[in-house]
Amino acid sequence: MKAFWGFIKKEFLHIFRDRRTLLILFGMPLAQLLLFGYAVRNELNRADIAILDHSRDEVTREITGKLLSSGHFQLSAWLESEAEIEEVFQRGIARNVVVFESDFGRKLIREGRADVLIVTDASDPNMAQILEGYTANIIREYQQEWQMRNRMAMSGVGGMTSGAGGLAASGIIPEMRMLFNPELRSANLFVPGLIAFILMLVSAFLTSIAIAREKEMGTMEVLLVSPLDPRQIIAGKVLPYLVLSIVNVFTVLVVALVVFQVPFRGSVILFSLLSLLFIMTALALGLRISNAVRDQQTAMMMSLAGLLLPTILLSGFIFPISNMPVILQYLSHIVPAKWYLIIIRGIMLKGVGLEVLWMEALILLGMMSLLFVVSIKSFKIRLE
Amino acid sequence: MSVTVKNIVKNHGDIRALRGITFEVTEGELFGLIGPDGAGKTTLFHILTTLLLPDEGDAHVLGIDVIAGFRNLRRRIGYMPGRFSLYPDLSVEENLSFFATIFNTTVEENYHLIQDIYHQIEPFRKRRAGDLSGGMKQKLALSCALIHKPDILFLDEPTTGVDAVSRREFWDMLGRLRVSGLTILVSTPYMDEASRCDRVALMDRGEILSVNTPAGISREFGRPLYSVTSGRRYELLKALRACTHAHSVFTFGDEVHYTDLREDFRPEMLESYLQQLGFDDVRIEQITPGVEDTLISLMSTQDTRDPIGDDNHGHKEGTNDGYNPAIKDS
Amino acid sequence: MNVNSNASIIEVQDLTRVFGNFTAVDRISFEVRRGEIFGFLGANGAGKTTAIRMLTGLLIPTSGRAEVAGFDVFTHPESIKKNIGYMSQKFSLFNDLTVFENLRFYGGIYGLSTRDIRHKTDELLERLDLAGVRDRLIRDLPLGWKQKLAFSTAVIHEPAIVFLDEPTGGVDPITRRQFWDLMYETADRGTTVFVTTHYMDEAEYCDRVSIMVDGRIDALGTPAGLRKTYGAKNVDEVFVKLARGGSV
Repeated sequence: MKAFWGFIKKEFLHIFRDRRTLLILFGMPLAQLLLFGYAVRNELNRADIAILDHSRDEVTREITGKLLSSGHFQLSAWLESEAEIEEVFQRGIARNVVVFESDFGRKLIREGRADVLIVTDASDPNMAQILEGYTANIIREYQQEWQMRNRMAMSGVGGMTSGAGGLAASGIIPEMRMLFNPELRSANLFVPGLIAFILMLVSAFLTSIAIAREKEMGTMEVLLVSPLDPRQIIAGKVLPYLVLSIVNVFTVLVVALVVFQVPFRGSVILFSLLSLLFIMTALALGLRISNAVRDQQTAMMMSLAGLLLPTILLSGFIFPISNMPVILQYLSHIVPAKWYLIIIRGIMLKGVGLEVLWMEALILLGMMSLLFVVSIKSFKIRLE
Repeated sequence: MSVTVKNIVKNHGDIRALRGITFEVTEGELFGLIGPDGAGKTTLFHILTTLLLPDEGDAHVLGIDVIAGFRNLRRRIGYMPGRFSLYPDLSVEENLSFFATIFNTTVEENYHLIQDIYHQIEPFRKRRAGDLSGGMKQKLALSCALIHKPDILFLDEPTTGVDAVSRREFWDMLGRLRVSGLTILVSTPYMDEASRCDRVALMDRGEILSVNTPAGISREFGRPLYSVTSGRRYELLKALRACTHAHSVFTFGDEVHYTDLREDFRPEMLESYLQQLGFDDVRIEQITPGVEDTLISLMSTQDTRDPIGDDNHGHKEGTNDGYNPAIKDS
Repeated sequence: MNVNSNASIIEVQDLTRVFGNFTAVDRISFEVRRGEIFGFLGANGAGKTTAIRMLTGLLIPTSGRAEVAGFDVFTHPESIKKNIGYMSQKFSLFNDLTVFENLRFYGGIYGLSTRDIRHKTDELLERLDLAGVRDRLIRDLPLGWKQKLAFSTAVIHEPAIVFLDEPTGGVDPITRRQFWDLMYETADRGTTVFVTTHYMDEAEYCDRVSIMVDGRIDALGTPAGLRKTYGAKNVDEVFVKLARGGSV
């Protein structure tokens, strides 16, 4: 056991003496957090908006008036047909078009629902996201007013339509569409994705490099020809990064909560436990990679291509999985970060617990167990 | 027997790293594996230190089978790999105490074992190992390999790339360790180091060409060997190679080592040949062959090797490819 | 070639290089003559590498004076690089290129025309008797061949001087001697050979050797001269005497 602690101590010495590792470990997560955080915090001030009103009734006039009087938008064009939308964007006349379907007002009254389409020019993605959010909000506000106003008048028919879930099933249905860059997500979601990414980076990427370095330097030979149990070598390599991963998660979380006021609605304990599960999965992946390679460079390339990129691209961090081609959707199932993202978004943003997330947790548990067995089995007690 | 190796064969893919190696090392012996890069020294060491499995044959170290008993064996051997295998970012004393802890001991407990070597680098104990000079790195590596009181020591090319003075010091240290009764296997590409060993195995391309004492190796040479010197060394070399009776011609320092094909050869015959060519300062004397002479001669005689991996295939006449002109079939 | 004087091709006077408060090379002075094989010996850390870097134009000296192939190391390091060849113990050949591709690459670096490269490559491979492996990948060749090829690429542009940094490390005794034959031949054709080695017997092959200890050149002369001066059996003994006297 003393030998093991000696090993751990040595590992921390390596980490704290290598400026590059330290930078990746502590500099990068914070830099990314701030970058993501501030990049999406833009204020909207009198943006150009175009209206395409197929209905031209009282309701659509009211909504248009509300949009224009909000202070966030100014009218730049009235459009006659859908064909004009792209032109408006291309010429830069407006970045946001609101389209009301024909018979909008009558449909809303008779059927209890009507469709409005918000089209944004997403060649500036952040801007598009903000425009979309503001527009949708104003329309929702109007809808609530409208429902209040009509509740009494329509109480005969309205018993069903004004229920708790009525917003989704009835009322005005704002459908949003982004042109040119449709894969954009709500700003609030980047913190969970970032946490997943950082854990992958620290747990898998740095661990795989740390082990590959011992191989590259030839020190692994000496470690193998010592009474250290191979399991001790693995644990000794992995444990420091486990600790650092946990430190990192909470640092990022605290910064996100304090600086960016990201909501945290669920259980911190559940969050910690399931994060630990994900960290273990990542560590097992890092271990598996380091077993397969001989040098740091290959370890770096493999973790980059095999772990970090899928974590960014296929987990739903940046691109929603539902928008992906079917084959990529299937592929995303084997990306552990996808499940972890569902879990922590659930905990942080929705405040749900295991009663909802049990399946994702089980999948992660299964992945972790399988990967750990495979990784430990593939650890070579000899040189080949 | 401290080491028993029987018919070890090991292939790395297409490369036949070891082609049936057999030898024994007795307890307390300082045993040298001598041969150039690619001889198979490192592969052999990897097998003996349980790091590689042989394809064929078996090997015992300290009476323990290297395959079946690898766990047991790993506690008892000291191993210094060919490359510098310490942590460059840790200090001298951090390296040493790390290697002590992983062997479940402490530097204090076994300090007496390394005192002789370690005290030379102790003034630099706070320095990062990566900043040490070649000779000091090597002393630290040896200290780390000895700190757990191993019963046998494997040193893979400890003196490669190290300057001549540090090499001498290193062999002096090995000599003192040997006196303490430790069995030591050491590999080296430097032929002159053979004389510091009790016995040596000459290796080339996966085979052992000979196992003998350094003196015994010299006796295996089998032909009278002459040292020829002249002020015009390069011309001398060319002239000797051009001689129809020459058997082998190789430079050794400022001398040329020469053997002749003729049974009744006398140095005067060569002297007059050279004088005819205008060499008037030639000195010829018969000498005792060294380990390097023997290795060269053994390498040349057993030369039916696969075409690639073979440095001397189909050479034409010419002075720049010493092999064919240097040695003729006898 | 740019040098007219046939006396010396390298002239070094009080050359010094300081790193921080550490003097790696301390006022060394020596000359190397054209066509000579000059052995540059020294213990690890004696300052050899620093000295070679200054002479090859890779490192600007702190003070002193040095001319290599007629060019000043302070003012014309780029001209020096064009007029020298360099081969280190780590192979400078690309393992994933063929023999010809490697030669073509190095010939191209030194500004040889395609026709020159083709011509020289053929001549070179013929001379080394490696014509059969012209289109083979370097990594498939045995160590000895690679070494010879690396040397050949270092002199493909017929430099005035070729610097060889431990060219024979780990090579078998026969190939090592073949390598020295190549060096003799190169020197014979007028290229100066500047070589470092840890094999002390190789020091004896040199026309003259210098021995560096702690940043200074403590001895310089022909092997025979040094043996005599120091009352030693061989250069190895001279080396040990000097290095033991000098360092810790």
